[in-house]
Amino acid sequence: MPPSYSDTIPQMADSAFAPISAPAGTARPRHHAVVRTTHWITALAFLALLVTGGEILLSHPRFYWGETGNALSPPLFKLPLPASRRTVPTGYPYVLPDQNGWSRYLHFQSAWLAVLTGLLYVAFGVWKGHFRRHLLPHRDSPYNPLQRLTYLLVIFVLFPLIIWSGLAMSPAIASAFPAAVSSLGGQQSARTIHFFVTILLVLFLLVHLVKIWLAGFRKLVGPMITGRATEWSAYE
Amino acid sequence: MSKLSRRNLIAAGLVTAGSASGLAIAAQLGRRYGLIPPDGGGLYGPGETLTYAAQRILTSHSLAREFPRNQISRPPFANEVDRLPDTFQRLRQDSFAAWRLTVDGLVARPSSFSLAEIKSFPRRSQITHLACEEGWSYIAEWTGAPLSHILDLAGARPEARYVVYRSIQPDWWESIDMADALHPQTIVTHAMNGDDLPVPFGGPLRLRVPRQLGYKSVKYITSLTVTDSLKHFGKGLGSASPEGGYAWYAGI
Repeated sequence: MPPSYSDTIPQMADSAFAPISAPAGTARPRHHAVVRTTHWITALAFLALLVTGGEILLSHPRFYWGETGNALSPPLFKLPLPASRRTVPTGYPYVLPDQNGWSRYLHFQSAWLAVLTGLLYVAFGVWKGHFRRHLLPHRDSPYNPLQRLTYLLVIFVLFPLIIWSGLAMSPAIASAFPAAVSSLGGQQSARTIHFFVTILLVLFLLVHLVKIWLAGFRKLVGPMITGRATEWSAYE
Repeated sequence: MSKLSRRNLIAAGLVTAGSASGLAIAAQLGRRYGLIPPDGGGLYGPGETLTYAAQRILTSHSLAREFPRNQISRPPFANEVDRLPDTFQRLRQDSFAAWRLTVDGLVARPSSFSLAEIKSFPRRSQITHLACEEGWSYIAEWTGAPLSHILDLAGARPEARYVVYRSIQPDWWESIDMADALHPQTIVTHAMNGDDLPVPFGGPLRLRVPRQLGYKSVKYITSLTVTDSLKHFGKGLGSASPEGGYAWYAGI
């Protein structure tokens, strides 16, 4: 392992309750149990949201701007994908099986799981000073400015925005909070924003996974599961 | 395992007991205040129940957005419709003069209204958004008789909790709770954009429920049944949608 990689390890860890070099035995968990649990529940919920969101998207792989949009109106853009409904012009000679029913049920259930987990994580982070110590500009922050900016963006901009744009597609929510829809440019704009924020979150996930891979998979995944630095990483 | 201390075990036990009794109390309250949807059991029941309960608390009296006339979609988009039964074609030949909407169940006066009678009822016109679960949408002006007016005429009883409505297409039937049934924008629609409601859009009669997705706005409605329980309708999941894998509550 080149030394430059191991230099990044303490910075990448999503918690620094104890320095990674703390003596074994006396070391407190590298990641607090709340951080570990919320991390993996979020990962599971995100995976379910991504798969089911893709399935829902296949019933109409066209995007619009404004309040309305349908097969008779010009799209903002369309994805080069076949659709699960016959009424959508896709250019493909076949129609995929309809999977919207369970996809929608699972999408919303996973969204609840992600939102409740996210609220727990943010409440915990504020209470313990997690964000203040690790993510806001700080003399001893374990993260570099780009990492801090990325995590802050994901936690406080992209996650809220994907929930907001998702809710803005709901006709009942639109009736109770019309400004939540109009401020995004309309119901179809909300759907388009929801799609682009998904792309950004997937990009974040890919970078996150690549960095973990480069830094040594077991070194970083072990602590996120058990909370303890493994023998592989403790004194490297 | 040896590191599991007694304190940890007691804490875990307390959390589990607390969560279980919290859930039991929540379920009891949910049942009392009608916050559990008819498809609230099964694998996706928790998510459905959270959505329905949260939206019922937040949106019971909210009004769907209404738009200026210049935002009406031209042309609107009509989703495909399964082949309509012969009875529909026969009624159509006579310009639907013999079309009827029956009202039964928990009502003082079981009734049957002709299309002409429904057109003579007090009208409400509203320019609202129709969003399909597939992702597309359009805006149109819908005109019809408020469902609440028809329920008043039939004398819906106070123990009513749901209204079941059926299409002339035998596979299509839906239900809504009283919050939506008595909502001023829930209308038995017979006109669209100033003309008789075209057949592809559900003419002669469509129940428009603008605070829910398009599939709750059933086309070609012929009957309404007022009830206090959905257990004995179909498989007891509330409507044809959950039987086909779709959520009963479509406010989202």
